[in-house]
Amino acid sequence: MRVLNMVQAINEALDLALARDERVLVFGEDVGRLGGVFRVTEGLQAKRGEGRVFDTPLAESAILGLAIGLAMGGMRPVAEIQFAGFLYPALDQILSHLGRWRHRSRGRVGLPVVVRAPYGGGVHTPEQHADSPEALLAHTPGVKVVIPSSPDRAKGLLLSAIEDEDPVFFLEAIKLYRGARAEVPEGYYTLPLGKARVLREGKAATLIGYGGMVEVMLEAAEVARKEGVEVTVVDLETLVPLDEETLLEAVRATGRAIVVYEAMRTGGFGAEIAARIAEGAIDYLQAPVLRVAGYDAPYPPFSAIEHLYRPNARRVLAALRKALTY
Amino acid sequence: MKPKVVQYLEEGEFPLAEEEALRLYRAMRRARFFDEKALTLQRQGRLGVYAPFMGQEAAQVGVALALEAKDWVVPSYRESALLLARGLPIHTLILYWRAHPAGWRFPEGVRAVNPYIPIATQIPQAVGLALAGRYRGENWVVATSIGDGGTSEGDFHEGLNFAAVFGAPVVFLVQNNGYAISVPRSKQMRVDYIARRAEGYGMPGVVVDGNDAFAVYLEAKKAVERARKGEGPTLLEALTYRLAPHTTSDDPSRYRSKEEEEAWRAKDPILRLRKALEERGLWDEEAERALLLELEEEFQRELALADEAPEPRPEEIVEHVYKEMGPDQKRAWEALRRGLHVEEVE
Repeated sequence: MRVLNMVQAINEALDLALARDERVLVFGEDVGRLGGVFRVTEGLQAKRGEGRVFDTPLAESAILGLAIGLAMGGMRPVAEIQFAGFLYPALDQILSHLGRWRHRSRGRVGLPVVVRAPYGGGVHTPEQHADSPEALLAHTPGVKVVIPSSPDRAKGLLLSAIEDEDPVFFLEAIKLYRGARAEVPEGYYTLPLGKARVLREGKAATLIGYGGMVEVMLEAAEVARKEGVEVTVVDLETLVPLDEETLLEAVRATGRAIVVYEAMRTGGFGAEIAARIAEGAIDYLQAPVLRVAGYDAPYPPFSAIEHLYRPNARRVLAALRKALTY
Repeated sequence: MKPKVVQYLEEGEFPLAEEEALRLYRAMRRARFFDEKALTLQRQGRLGVYAPFMGQEAAQVGVALALEAKDWVVPSYRESALLLARGLPIHTLILYWRAHPAGWRFPEGVRAVNPYIPIATQIPQAVGLALAGRYRGENWVVATSIGDGGTSEGDFHEGLNFAAVFGAPVVFLVQNNGYAISVPRSKQMRVDYIARRAEGYGMPGVVVDGNDAFAVYLEAKKAVERARKGEGPTLLEALTYRLAPHTTSDDPSRYRSKEEEEAWRAKDPILRLRKALEERGLWDEEAERALLLELEEEFQRELALADEAPEPRPEEIVEHVYKEMGPDQKRAWEALRRGLHVEEVE
């Protein structure tokens, strides 16, 4: 099977969705002629036409508003926000409307909107280009949040997100765009939303994360194995709706849980995971649930020390030692 | 250049077919009737917080009647007159203002969406809805509405710019009633007419006497026609006045004078139109009495329907969050359905 990176896999998914359903529209800042600042939409406008793939003026709130209105009228918009940290001007549209329309119209107005946005650090982007606002989005009723960790998963999950009848935020780790490569099946396929995956199993502890943190957890697991410690690694993939069953089962089996996320620690989505574990698996725990997360500070724009903010294998292993020696 | 304020009634002109003028009057009078009833119901504790539109009937009904059946209305919260003229059943509107879920699902045949509470967020959404009609080849026009205060919001600017860039078939109705709750227009902006801003977006801007139903209706018709022909959006500013409080929780005596209110009461859009109809022999006291009788009967019928709506079920809280409930909604739903809370069953 051919090997693709994340950019290529997502591009292929968008192209397949555009070909399959004429209601699908792809738009955002620079997505048309340029093909997006990360080239995720490269070639799509030339292939599918300016009506289907188009540039918008530079205004995130109106991009979200446009997507909502298009969906209201029966289209299936896939909007790109250039960086997840640029979602903030659109928060009124997101918090007040995107996730609320179905509820406030008692089911009349459902919004099959997908909002794609690159998130996270690790590649020396300029200031405010490396935020991880997934907790903000997960804290919004009525929207789903999906964060893929590899190209093959990204393709199938994005196609599911586009087929979904509800709004889906699809966050793409910038670090993985060209860094992650995998064999990606040809053609159209979907992968279910709302299902976590156990990537490897071990008895010592359970590492839980998503998106860009999955490769970090796998790296730490590899190092631990060399030291004779086998850990379970869970890739959540979908934050909302959360697959609590798989999560709790994986934690109960080991009795030790380490949650890894690169957003700021306080109030991050990992805190929700820790709370769910406390509620649903406390009797099995042999150590406190630990979090390895971004520091309680803005993501640092200072390139010489930036790498210290984002969790890495060293930090995960330190937490693992702590959990094992508790 | 100062825009001309379009008006007909002041000059004694009668630019409409008689039947059209009567249709406007009846719809406006019906809306006023609802507004008065709603205020009474609210005082009796039979309605929640209510935002009256009294005084703005010409602006809202004039636009609503300029639309075709396939067109959409994207209203703000003071637009009950617009919704009624658009065909939203009175009992649905009563239930909406009662904050009863049965009033929040507008019937399929009514091409209007629920009113917007945040200010100006409806503007870019109206643009999206308008473009959807174009993609689907249905060529519907969208009329959306906002107040003078709302034009200060970023979404107003972003939405108008998007509409112009995409040539979206939208009519932006600005009901300039002079106040954003208590803040007068002079403290809201430095332009004399909001419609002047249209030029900055590259679309036509029109100012009408918003208490002149003929002016609103005819200019709205032109704007709808332009939109339908693919000539893009229009900014339509209707100069008007809210004769009642901002909501039933507001006290306008704290920010505006009795004299000012009286002056506007004399320009009541319903009285002005009625006078024009009477002068042409199209209306009289007897016709008015008959209409009011008809409206009373209709209202009582609709009120009875609203009163019949079953009590909301507790589990409705977590219904319609998603098309299919997630595990968290499902857990809560099971508990609430049994009259319990989620903590009581787990």
